[in-house]
Amino acid sequence: MTWDNEFALSILPDLLGGLWVTIQATMSGILIALALGLIVAVIRYLRIPVLSPVFGFYVQFVRGTPLLVQAFAAFYILPDYGIVLSPLITGIIVLGVNYSSYTAEVYRSGIEDVGTGQWEAATALSLPVRPTWTRIVLPQAVRSIVPMLGNYWIQMFKDSAILSLITMNELLNVGQTIGSSEFRYLEPLTIVGILFLAVSYPAAVLIRRLERRLALTS
Amino acid sequence: MSERASDVMISFENVDKSWGDNHVLKHLNFHVKPAEKVSIIGASGSGKTTILRILMTLEHPDEGVVTVDGDELWNVTRGRRIRRESKQMKLTRRKIGMVFQQFNLFPHLTAIENVMEAPVQVLGMSKEEARERAKGLLDMVGLDKHLDHKPHRLSGGQQQRVAIARAMAMRPKVLLLDEVTSALDPELIGEVLGVIRDLATSTDMTMLMVTHEMRFAEEISDRVVMFDNGTAIEQGPPQQVLRAPENERTRRFLHAVLEH
Repeated sequence: MTWDNEFALSILPDLLGGLWVTIQATMSGILIALALGLIVAVIRYLRIPVLSPVFGFYVQFVRGTPLLVQAFAAFYILPDYGIVLSPLITGIIVLGVNYSSYTAEVYRSGIEDVGTGQWEAATALSLPVRPTWTRIVLPQAVRSIVPMLGNYWIQMFKDSAILSLITMNELLNVGQTIGSSEFRYLEPLTIVGILFLAVSYPAAVLIRRLERRLALTS
Repeated sequence: MSERASDVMISFENVDKSWGDNHVLKHLNFHVKPAEKVSIIGASGSGKTTILRILMTLEHPDEGVVTVDGDELWNVTRGRRIRRESKQMKLTRRKIGMVFQQFNLFPHLTAIENVMEAPVQVLGMSKEEARERAKGLLDMVGLDKHLDHKPHRLSGGQQQRVAIARAMAMRPKVLLLDEVTSALDPELIGEVLGVIRDLATSTDMTMLMVTHEMRFAEEISDRVVMFDNGTAIEQGPPQQVLRAPENERTRRFLHAVLEH
């Protein structure tokens, strides 16, 4: 089988449409992960009886089960309970919930990275709670949090391909559909790979640059 | 009370503190007069740093009363739950400043921002006013050329001098110095001690320092206190405690330190 340029060009618009869905799903998933992760992190941090351990278990549970299993569960089981969502919405929620557990841990480790010496210096200067957080702890935590989050965002972008298995019409799904209907997989799957790389590679470079700029020694 | 306040700046009454089985302060009674410069010496684990940390409210006593400048900082009855930050404590704490062994500068802020932070956030000072005060202090510690440098661009000695300026920015009545030269390379110790010497001779601030610099302690202290096993086993003028100690354990400690 040899590469057919004309065929490749003809399927490109459909594949770009798939890429757009992938990007939208990733972005929406990121927003859910950021918000839900923050809620989980704060509740765990506050050590509220019952609630905090429950959220701790949530993190372990979500991290301990495969994304695909969660996607299948949401896609096949939820409708039995009357919750019927489109594949796209289901996929976004599963992606967001899955990565919220990682995001929560990123927030936690970012704050823990700020040493006790910083807290003690704030106490020694009589800084009240609010400026201690907003001016001392969070600005330092963000420096380690942003690069860590960035790496998870790239991972989410790539992991969204798994959602093709719950018929979400994202990039891989489009490529596979073309392949099976045209009996040619070389061009669609190659282009799918290239398109994933075309987004993830520049994103990785950007995050590395951001990390360097945020470093405390800059 | 008012009469006592005038001749006692720091007072520990019957203060007890343990870490598990380690009884670091044993019913300690300890007083420091206003403007007095006191050096605390002793082996590590003898409880000397704990005294500073209780004063800075970084630790709480298990029992006892601690006052600063006549105001109560801690009043703990054994077994009673401690409300960590009472209003009284927060107000009293403002009279105290501390310089740490590891500097603990804010790494994301420049030297002058480090010094300005508390006057702006705690005293509500305008940025301009705080900047002027910070400039004056950094000038005093010899860092007027490094105002806009972040800590990572400064040597350890310079960082510690910024930390001293930062503590001074709150105009504390009491300055606590916790082994402030222990983390420094030998050639940088002198510049930090020089700044502290200037403070000791030119201000009427009460200074309480934990140190291993025996010669420096002798030079600037009004009183040296030897700690061992949670109690002050010997204290007096530096010449007496450091040159002619009466207690056997002080003698052994000094021998070990000076040999080294």
